Amino acid sequence: MLAGIIAPDTMADRFPIEPFSKFRDRMVASDKLRRTLRDNRGKPQAKVAQKRRNLLKKEARIDMTRWLGMSMLRRTYTDTAFFERLVYFWGDHFSATGKAGVIKRATSPYIEDGIRPYVGGRFSDLLISAVTHPVMLQYLDQDRSIGPQSERALKSGKAAGLNENLAREVMELHTLGVDGPYTQQDVRELAELFAGLSFQPNQGRKFRKDYVEPGAETVLGVTYDDAYSIKPVHAVLEDLAVHPATARHLSWKLAVHFVSDRPDPALIDHLTARYVETGGDLMQVYAALLEHPAAWTPEGANIKPPVEFVGSAMRALAVEPIVVTGMTEKGVRNVILTPMAVMGQTWQKFSGPDGWPEEDSAWLTPQGLSGRVRWAMEGPQLLRPDLPDPRAFVDTALGSFAPEDVKFAASAAESKSEAIGLVLMSPAFQRR
Amino acid sequence: MTELSRRFFLTRSAVLGCSLAASPLLTPVTFAAAPWDTRLIVIILRGAMDGLDAVQPYGDPNYAGLRSSLAGGPQNGALDLDGFFSLHPALGALAPMWKAGELGFAHAVSTPYRDKRSHFDGQDVLEAGTDTLQGGVRDGWLNRMLQEVPGVKADTAYAIGAGEMPILKGKAPVANWAPEATLSLSPQAERLLGIISESDPAMHAALAEAALLSAMDTPSMSSNMTRDMQNNRMGGQHLKIAEFAAKRLREDARVASFSLNGWDTHRFQERGLKAALGELADTLVYLKQELTGPVWKKTAIVAMTEFGRTARENGTKGTDHGTGGLMVMAGGAIRGGKVYGDWPGLDTSDLYEGRDLLPTRDVRAHAAWIMQAMTGLDQSALERVIFPGLDMGSNPGIVL
Repeated sequence: MLAGIIAPDTMADRFPIEPFSKFRDRMVASDKLRRTLRDNRGKPQAKVAQKRRNLLKKEARIDMTRWLGMSMLRRTYTDTAFFERLVYFWGDHFSATGKAGVIKRATSPYIEDGIRPYVGGRFSDLLISAVTHPVMLQYLDQDRSIGPQSERALKSGKAAGLNENLAREVMELHTLGVDGPYTQQDVRELAELFAGLSFQPNQGRKFRKDYVEPGAETVLGVTYDDAYSIKPVHAVLEDLAVHPATARHLSWKLAVHFVSDRPDPALIDHLTARYVETGGDLMQVYAALLEHPAAWTPEGANIKPPVEFVGSAMRALAVEPIVVTGMTEKGVRNVILTPMAVMGQTWQKFSGPDGWPEEDSAWLTPQGLSGRVRWAMEGPQLLRPDLPDPRAFVDTALGSFAPEDVKFAASAAESKSEAIGLVLMSPAFQRR
Repeated sequence: MTELSRRFFLTRSAVLGCSLAASPLLTPVTFAAAPWDTRLIVIILRGAMDGLDAVQPYGDPNYAGLRSSLAGGPQNGALDLDGFFSLHPALGALAPMWKAGELGFAHAVSTPYRDKRSHFDGQDVLEAGTDTLQGGVRDGWLNRMLQEVPGVKADTAYAIGAGEMPILKGKAPVANWAPEATLSLSPQAERLLGIISESDPAMHAALAEAALLSAMDTPSMSSNMTRDMQNNRMGGQHLKIAEFAAKRLREDARVASFSLNGWDTHRFQERGLKAALGELADTLVYLKQELTGPVWKKTAIVAMTEFGRTARENGTKGTDHGTGGLMVMAGGAIRGGKVYGDWPGLDTSDLYEGRDLLPTRDVRAHAAWIMQAMTGLDQSALERVIFPGLDMGSNPGIVL
């Protein structure tokens, strides 16, 4: 199970998603067109540029939907489901999406090269990658945050200053946790330390020395000197990554996600200890999770979030790749994206930087379950027109765990599609 | 859904026993009215609304200096309210309601939550109605209000929309529904679904509720998933929620709660806030339009947010997380045309920690007085059970 995490990423090769390094070309092109537009107001060139820019945005939107399909196909065909779940977990832990223009469609590319390659490494590397990523910088308003006494602020004369958003969420959500040992003053100092993190479409990540707030900053009692470079930013993130509060916060999150809403405290202790011992070596932490007996008790098994429910249903149905890759944008929206939204999870449209809820109660709502039932009854035949025999499907979907009542329901339903839907709606399939 | 299959589903639920004993759906839907005839709508504005921009204290001598790109006041297109406060232009659609005395505000209010300024903890405190989150919170204050009243039925109160509404969570029966979630199943599929979900009480109860609510919500049984879902994407989700709320409140529901998001304006606030305020204004106007005549007269709408934002504009034409904020009240039952509250002032020395609007009153006190007037509940129940440990103070007289 663990080997697959660091094995060559065959799913990424087979079902490709554009990395952000490539996606950036779209931003550069869009930027260029915006300038043409601005410089040629009222002229025919502007009209052409406007048209091309709209087309660019449309293509990005279409591709975003296509990448949803790819992501689901990876779940359908992977040999290491645990790896795909980890990518989802960390992509959610570091929820980020662009705010305006083409970058709004860049969440999959961000996860592809900002998160996915790092899930089997040290947490500090993952943290640095995610927090300094252009999509994150824009999502949490960091790219324009300027030290109030920086060269830039003094030169511009206009109101220029800090934005605390990223600094706060890094401590509250990404590392220490809201109960962690930090204060408003730490948030402020971290924001000052972050000033300079920026990006330009044509250059990608860019550290702007003229945004740096002069003077050393102290975060959690550690003083970071000004190097007018990204070095102190990396240093503070390295320190936050190995803080014991971070170890506990992440251990708790992993246990909640992979085991139960109320994980055994012994399991959290076990993960935390391994995290601290290894300085946040994630493979070691996953190993600790898998080896602990509390991770294997069936009680309190979590309900699958919609992304995972749909993904595992597609896996059980062995949906042919061509069915998904051959769909129009509208097709993917109607068959996957919108139904998932009704289930309560709109693909990559997080309601906040804390990502999707973990508690079963957030998903086991009448409205959410209603969405699941509707999809379970209607979605499979759109994805697999030759639906399997429901009696055989019970075994495929549930294996040796298939309860008698589900076997009965699968044979007593009036139609194949209802029978398949019932199997997918069985508690044994809904929980993991 | 047929009457027969519904009953089948419900008896099946009943057989499950104690874990479902609290389920509202063991009682058939009777459409019994609650013991009062007033309507209370609580809207949670998630993301921390900048109250200083929504209702601008342009008369405060320090206001203009704190905000450059966010300068409000009548000279910048805002609507003057009382010579001291002005209304953000994006709330302009509410002007007639203000003039009719059906729209009011409470300024410089907050929950007891301080200093960490986390949205998520802030919202949890707001919806729990407690002083802190210490000791664990099991239910929300709107649910505890319902627990104080005998005869509350599942259709007395609705939590509406896809997101969670902890404010209505708890022992009292409450219906949770999103207008787009209508379910249609063949009776056979429904019966079988009832059987296979029996082993999972939480799932079973939610499915049973979905079936019942669908039965009440279905315009036509042949609704097609794809078509419905496409319609949902046409935008205006806030209006769909308002429409659903109004429909239920015109009938037997007495309490409804839902969220409006989009208030976290760290940068380019002008743009972001305009959109969010526009949705709020549309929602209130729509509710007034749909809760016609006598129902509107008995309606109080309260919009609350987890905390306010920094008094000073930040470096990116936005504001960061602060403390004191604004509560919005509307409805025919509200004594509007007034900005309630003790204004703390915006001099640096007046600000909370030198950065935030100082809260001068607990937002729960206003909510408590409104509930008291709407439901006749005892002040002691409000101060001890619904908002444990709250001192309601003097009655501001918000409800007519």
